[in-house]
Amino acid sequence: MNAATGFHGATQMKERLVVIGNGMAGCRAVEEVLARDPDRFAVTIFGAEPRVNYNRIMLSPVLAGEKTFDEIVINGPDWYAGNGVTLVSGDPVVAIDTLTRTVTARSGHVEPYDKLLIATGSDPFIIPVPGNSLPGVVTFRDLDDVDKMLSAAEQGGDAVVIGGGLLGLEAAHGLSLRGMKVTVVHLMPTLMERQLDEAAGWLLRQELERRGQTILTGANTKAILEADGRVAGVELEDGTRLHADIVVMAVGIRPATALAKAAGLAVERGILVDDHMVTSDPNVLAVGECVQHRGACYGLVAPLWDMCRSLAGYLTDAPQGYEGSATSTKLKVSGIDLFSAGDFSGGDGAQDIVMRDAARGVYKRVVLRDNKVVGAVLYGDTADGNWYFDLLKKGEDVSPIREALIFGQAFASGGALSDPNAAVAALPDDAEICGCNGVSKGQVVGCINAGAHSLDAVRSQCKASASCGSCTGLVEKLLAITLGGEVESGPKPMCKCTSFTHDDVRRNVVDKGLKAIPQVMQELHWTTPDGCSSCRPALNYYLLCAWPGEYVDDQQSRFVNERLHANIQKDGTYSVVPRMWGGLTNPRELRAIADVVEKYNAPMVKVTGGQRLDIFGIRKEDLPAVWADLNAAGMVSGHAYGKSLRTVKTCVGSEWCRFGTQDSTGLGVKIERMTWGSWMPHKFKIAVSGCPRNCAEATIKDFGVVCVDSGYELHIGGNGGIHVRATDLLTKVATEEEAMTMCAAFIQLYREDAHYLERTAPWVERKGVDWVRAQLLDDPDAVGRLARRFHYSQRFSQDDPWAARAAGERRDLHAHLAEVRPLQLENA
Amino acid sequence: MMLTGKWLDIGPTTQIEPGTARTLPVAGGEEIAVFHTMRGEFYALVNKCPHKAGPLSQGIVHGDTVSCPLHNWRISLRTGEAQGDDKGCTPTIPLKVDGGRLFLLRDAVMAGVVA
Ligand code: SRM
Ligand SMILES: Cc1cc2nc3c(=O)[nH]c(=O)nc-3n(C[C@H](O)[C@H](O)[C@H](O)COP(=O)(O)OP(=O)(O)OC[C@H]3O[C@@H](n4cnc5c(N)ncnc54)[C@H](O)[C@@H]3O)c2cc1C
Ligand code: SF4
Ligand code: FES
Repeated sequence: MNAATGFHGATQMKERLVVIGNGMAGCRAVEEVLARDPDRFAVTIFGAEPRVNYNRIMLSPVLAGEKTFDEIVINGPDWYAGNGVTLVSGDPVVAIDTLTRTVTARSGHVEPYDKLLIATGSDPFIIPVPGNSLPGVVTFRDLDDVDKMLSAAEQGGDAVVIGGGLLGLEAAHGLSLRGMKVTVVHLMPTLMERQLDEAAGWLLRQELERRGQTILTGANTKAILEADGRVAGVELEDGTRLHADIVVMAVGIRPATALAKAAGLAVERGILVDDHMVTSDPNVLAVGECVQHRGACYGLVAPLWDMCRSLAGYLTDAPQGYEGSATSTKLKVSGIDLFSAGDFSGGDGAQDIVMRDAARGVYKRVVLRDNKVVGAVLYGDTADGNWYFDLLKKGEDVSPIREALIFGQAFASGGALSDPNAAVAALPDDAEICGCNGVSKGQVVGCINAGAHSLDAVRSQCKASASCGSCTGLVEKLLAITLGGEVESGPKPMCKCTSFTHDDVRRNVVDKGLKAIPQVMQELHWTTPDGCSSCRPALNYYLLCAWPGEYVDDQQSRFVNERLHANIQKDGTYSVVPRMWGGLTNPRELRAIADVVEKYNAPMVKVTGGQRLDIFGIRKEDLPAVWADLNAAGMVSGHAYGKSLRTVKTCVGSEWCRFGTQDSTGLGVKIERMTWGSWMPHKFKIAVSGCPRNCAEATIKDFGVVCVDSGYELHIGGNGGIHVRATDLLTKVATEEEAMTMCAAFIQLYREDAHYLERTAPWVERKGVDWVRAQLLDDPDAVGRLARRFHYSQRFSQDDPWAARAAGERRDLHAHLAEVRPLQLENA
Repeated sequence: MMLTGKWLDIGPTTQIEPGTARTLPVAGGEEIAVFHTMRGEFYALVNKCPHKAGPLSQGIVHGDTVSCPLHNWRISLRTGEAQGDDKGCTPTIPLKVDGGRLFLLRDAVMAGVVA
């Protein structure tokens, strides 16, 4: 036996317990064993770090300057001495021999064991990019890492933190408090996406940006850049280069299993253990982040405590077994209250209860499945986090308190809760309902009794729920309690995610300067975390319309046709319709189309009802190449797939036709050149006919021009399709220029006012032709103003989406991941 | 691509943008759609809607479901089951993420292949 090992007076009768890893789990396991049976084991702990056991999670406050190392030590030297525990620190174990039951440390020190406990924790994951081992690239795992960051921070300068999870954000916060200019680079669209949903992630991001950090999401690191032998920056996949004096890699952890694997223990992601933390070797146990129990690996401390208890029970002959843990997370960034627990991915049978209070910056979401809490995300007000977590762990049926659940424990346990409205009914008259406007329950009830029988009426008469709207649910309950079944429903809300109507939303987007989908959802208290397939595309359009050039389109909120810029067909292939301006074409275009049809074996080409050619049966992989060929002949996307300008139909007009009064073909082409590419609430069709015989069917189009001898009759609000509607005459103008300006103004009025998925025909009927005329004709400047806004927004939308794709943008949308060829495999 | 062992390595997770899916044709077998949800989870299913074989990979991804691009059925990515009143099920393929790479269970990928 190695003479250096002292047993502190222990007798050889004691069993020898050797622990690898002087971290949070290893030491806690020893504490638990000692508490149950202090005399049973002679304990030796090996630690790779040259120090005593400390509270690793408090490294973040140490980095931020809120704590010192001494304050986070859990067990000082006297603990080891006092409990007869031998600590071998700064000397990692390099081998385990399960046959001779010994471990060997780097120094050559060999230690025999009766029971071995592996508690090696995890290793930070290093992304495999060039430059990842340069000096100045650090991870965030132990005190040495903190020291490296602190000495970098002393020089000031720029820090790039790769990874926007819990560790990354705590590192970023610390470095920023220490005076560095911090950029967080995160692969996912949402910060802390494993703990937060999109809505909470967005609130967090806003707050961090307000504090001066730069947050880049959806950003993939390509390389770490070097200058003078050390780190100088980070290059992203999209070519962006960020300067950096220090780079912190905090992209995740992997269980430290190398030692166990080499010793022949069963290892998958982590070291496999049973419910008593025993590995595949009965004399070797493991706890902490290095283990995999019932398929799960953990990265938080709470499960470790549970594991350590069952391990100690087992080692002292009082086995109780470990069944896995539910986990909850809090971010340790001062001034930011954030809590998350359990599974909140939604889906299959899950129900969300969401409450938002824009004035206080609060977002709360509780996820239920089978009437049990399965997850919770709280931002801005985390007081009830532990209560929800408790309900989650107990798996209690919450249906009796469901209606009041989101308001928190105090409220939910307030009254006799068998009736969902009882909690509200039980409130005293002076209880405040609307915090924003200081309206009490008594006042709301009084207002209802005085005749306000709908939510809207209450809002306008006593202002309750008229501001942030977080008390809408309460007001609705008061309406139900006071009136029984006689609540009048107001105008229809946009969808079931909100009580606001389309008009409300559009007005608020402009008035409040809302510029992102999650921001609209927060400010207008959406009752779902991230909307639905009906409101998302609508919000995307409203924002695009309100903030041209500023708002970045959200591709995930678009239907496949608008994402792939082609129309999906029943067999999963696509049709391609290039623009033919005003229905005109030429040999070059026709030849290009013919070539594409042959080259890609398109099964059909057809002349459409919109005066152009439609190529059918193109596979999504071939779309970019098809577009490249069409682009080469000067053709661009016809937007046959979009809620956008579709076609401008024309007739031959005065150039050839014996009845033609004006150049309808030429005007149609000019109008199409002016309007193509514009996004609209719905599809939009235009036609120009050369005389009242109306061969281009201008009087069933959204905007139609009928040429007459004295000028141009402008028609609006026509529709073929399901309900045919002939146009209304808007006005008559004398020149092409006036016709074009009126066309632009009318489109812009429609764009700014209509509801998403409302074509001009139902919109004109809803608003009234007189209203439309008044908007455009009463004020002599109105047309000019609207047209200018239209032209301004066109500056950002008139680029051919096909060209960008043909040039290689978003290859991932078109290309397969790979191809599996099983036959080759069988032969290999 | 690695074609040995129990799991097929189909490349890094970064190939699939969150909220989208990408496809993996299998010679002689069924094309597979690999999904990445907004929440960062990955799922693999046969790329065929149980309704009329619509390509699920092209649908809008929502929570852990996808809306089929053809007639808007909602399919669970976890189970492959149609949601709501619709009935039908698409086969799922076991998938694991390890070290930033995606792996599919080989036997399930090859399930439809006629030898
Ligand atoms: C290709 C074409 C038929 C043809 O072979 O001629 C066509 C094909 C489709 N039409 Fe159409 N419509 C076509 C001209 C028309 C016309 C005629 C016109 O534009 O002058 C109308 C009536 C006029 C009108 O819209 O007011 C027309 C009224 C509709 C409607 C009903 C709209 C309504 O408001 O009631 C729909 C359904 C919808 O949009 O919801 C529709 C929808 C469709 C869709 C997009 C169905 C779908 O969702 O998959 C078809 C897609 C075709 C594809 O994959 O390429 N299509 N469709 C025509 C393409 C024109 C073009 O060059 O872009
Ligand atoms: C900055 C930071 C903040 C965190 N914040 C939180 C939080 O807020 N909440 C939360 O729940 N969790 C948090 N965590 C996670 C938490 O710290 C871990 O879950 C916990 O420390 C895991 O305990 P462990 O004993 O398994 O691993 P560790 O605590 O890492 O201990 C393992 C020890 O084993 C040593 N070791 C490894 N190999 C050998 C070897 N061959 N020989 C000898 N010794 C070896 C290591 O040096 C290490 O000291 C945070 C982690 C970090 C880094
Ligand atoms: S009917 Fe009228 S518009 Fe049509 S081609 Fe003849 S003259 Fe021209
Ligand atoms: S094919 Fe999927 S919904 Fe019809």
